[in-house]
Amino acid sequence: MRKNLNVIAAYSIMMGLIILVGIFQSWNIALSIFNLCLISAVMTMGANIQWGYAGLINFGIMGYTALGGLAAVLISVNPVQEAWSAGGTNILFSLFLIIGMILAVRYVLKKYEKSKMRTYIIATIIILGIIIIRFVSEPGIEAIEEVDPAKTGFLGGLGLPIIFSWIVGALFAGGLAFVIGKVALGLRADYLAIATLLISEIVIAIIKHEDWLTRGVKNVIGLKRPAPYEVNLQQTDWFINLVEKFNSSKLDLISDFAERQAALNQFVIEGSSVFVKLCYSGLFLIVVIILLILTQKALYSPWGRMMRAIRDNEEAANAMGKNVVKQHLLIFVLGSAIVGIAGAMLVTQDGLFTPGSYRPMRYTFLIWVMVIVGGSGNNFGAILGGFAVWFLWIEAAPIGLYLVNLTTAGLDDTHALKIHLIESVPYFRFLMMGVGLLLIMRYRPKGILPEKIEIK
Amino acid sequence: MDFVNAIILLLNYIFVPALAYGSQLALGAIFVTLIYGILRFANFATGDMMSFGTMFTILFTWYFQSIGISLGVLPTALLAIPFAIIFMIGYMLLIDKFVFKYYRVNKSPPVQLAMVSIGVMFVTQAVVRIIIGPSDRRFFDGEKFLIKAGEFKEMTGLNEGLAIKSTQVITIIVTLILVSTLFWFLNKTKTGKSMRAYSDNEDLALLSGIDPKKIVMITWVIAGILATIGGALYGLDKSFKPFTYFNNMLPIFAAAIVGGIGNPFGAFLGGYVIAFSEILLTYAYRKFFMYVLPESMEPGGLVQLLSTDYKFAVSFSILVIVLLYRPSGIFKGKVL
Repeated sequence: MRKNLNVIAAYSIMMGLIILVGIFQSWNIALSIFNLCLISAVMTMGANIQWGYAGLINFGIMGYTALGGLAAVLISVNPVQEAWSAGGTNILFSLFLIIGMILAVRYVLKKYEKSKMRTYIIATIIILGIIIIRFVSEPGIEAIEEVDPAKTGFLGGLGLPIIFSWIVGALFAGGLAFVIGKVALGLRADYLAIATLLISEIVIAIIKHEDWLTRGVKNVIGLKRPAPYEVNLQQTDWFINLVEKFNSSKLDLISDFAERQAALNQFVIEGSSVFVKLCYSGLFLIVVIILLILTQKALYSPWGRMMRAIRDNEEAANAMGKNVVKQHLLIFVLGSAIVGIAGAMLVTQDGLFTPGSYRPMRYTFLIWVMVIVGGSGNNFGAILGGFAVWFLWIEAAPIGLYLVNLTTAGLDDTHALKIHLIESVPYFRFLMMGVGLLLIMRYRPKGILPEKIEIK
Repeated sequence: MDFVNAIILLLNYIFVPALAYGSQLALGAIFVTLIYGILRFANFATGDMMSFGTMFTILFTWYFQSIGISLGVLPTALLAIPFAIIFMIGYMLLIDKFVFKYYRVNKSPPVQLAMVSIGVMFVTQAVVRIIIGPSDRRFFDGEKFLIKAGEFKEMTGLNEGLAIKSTQVITIIVTLILVSTLFWFLNKTKTGKSMRAYSDNEDLALLSGIDPKKIVMITWVIAGILATIGGALYGLDKSFKPFTYFNNMLPIFAAAIVGGIGNPFGAFLGGYVIAFSEILLTYAYRKFFMYVLPESMEPGGLVQLLSTDYKFAVSFSILVIVLLYRPSGIFKGKVL
């Protein structure tokens, strides 16, 4: 108990802060911060597995998040029949061609020794394949994108409940990580960082511009929900009764019936959105707890010890007969898959998929700040980092505004400097993140909750 | 005649823009490579440092414009650049003193320095946005075109016009002067040679009495000059927007690595490799083939290898391929 005191203290402070937001701003804001904190926590757990357990640097988090989001679209949206009949065969045929191309390359790689000839053959297969695929797919893609472009213009998905996409998102992200890991894991740490960053940009470029699959920058809106809709809730009796009971003390103060009814309505509207957010919180909390149990178990298992050994001394671990390459690949896939879950969760909560919103600042570098600030190698630290940094990221604007008002209190309200500063309040969050990261790295390089390894 | 038209077409839409864009990338890439070669970390704040320098260029340009100083046909920004460089160098030395120095003295692993540079990136980005705002700024004044497309058509009687913007010419000339001065400095002067020695083998350099503090300082000074000029030229040619500059970090990294990181000449050429491949692969060649091929063989489609949406993806793919097959870069990067 004693040794966990700092963990408990840190978490209680964090929850206290969120509750304070609930009391002073509104429960709606507090819950939406809390939900995104939970999603960030899942992301940081993924990044922490890679960086904290194995020392692998992965700046491609944005790409996996987006793939998870894509999974949510492909699973939950109803299939667009006309689009399938217009161009489905072409797309399926191209898919077969791609598989055939990969098999052909694999065959050449297996069959022939490494030589210049082999490289040329592979290059020819790939170039020819791409040209053929373009010829096959182009009419299909055009036909699909012409099907009611204002509403659909894409193939749609499978029409399943969106919850399934959390698993599929993990599979998508893991699959991508497998391919990237196969080719890029041999690189040195900083090269790996740059390579993964660039590959994630390529993933985003593809998602943005392949409209037949993702609708691209036209966005997919109105995704299914695992939680009830506010509008429906506001008309169900049990919910209204619940709200009435909950706010009875306030409602009893109002004597006039009409006024009381109006107040109740207001409470029901507010309550419905809080209730929906609570549903999401519950779902996300389940995911976070399951992942936390699994990652903790893994950390203290023989496998976790081996990962740390590989991280701390690759050569020695290799000499002990551990397959470093294989383990690196495994952990790269696992971590990315967790990030993929988070991506799907994010889209589930938002109910929309906007490829244009995936930017490296928000989805890669911010997650890294969370991991480093929280404490890499420590799952509780990583989750705390996700909570604390996200909280600051959101609350930075109000804090910034307060600080600006405080420092420029002597100035007139119409003073140009004051107006300029108030306009630029949103950017104080970058400043806060940067300064926070620099301070933590300098004075507490292991993070708020440092890695603690007990040998049992 | 058709053949000449085709050549002019390529010059106008591929060669000239790629040369200018490549020069801007090249300056950034040399900046990355210098930091990597001497201070030994991948600087993720590259794009934002460039935008910081450009911001000061813009502020000085506005100031000069407000008091009525201008360079006539040339953009006022050229006059502002030297002043911006002074501020930029000051900022860089300040960052080094308060941030990077600690890790350098403690001999932290490069990955940690790269993480620290992410912190610097956040701070710089915030400072730029707070001072000048996130919106698009154009600060070009003076004569816009050196050769206008219409004039060119009249002069030569060709179908295709050739337009050369003055910013493109300025970019190329300034880059050539700057880069040749830099190479002269690195190869001929004593300080430059000691920088190369330091980059090659730190311990040996220290042993032979090279002062590391001086080397680091000069590196930041040169880096400041490169970042400001590179950023300002990009801003003059296109426009200044902090977010674009942050994104430009990616092709710049690609250029530095393709050329062999730690090798300034490689970085210089790498900039052009990236720029040309981006533009060559995404240009629609339809018109070109219309000029070159006989009428019966004219192509139906746009004859575009990749859609322009994938412009960035091209440079990254090149980078990934280079990293996988030749991690030391095309021009065998090692040290300066």
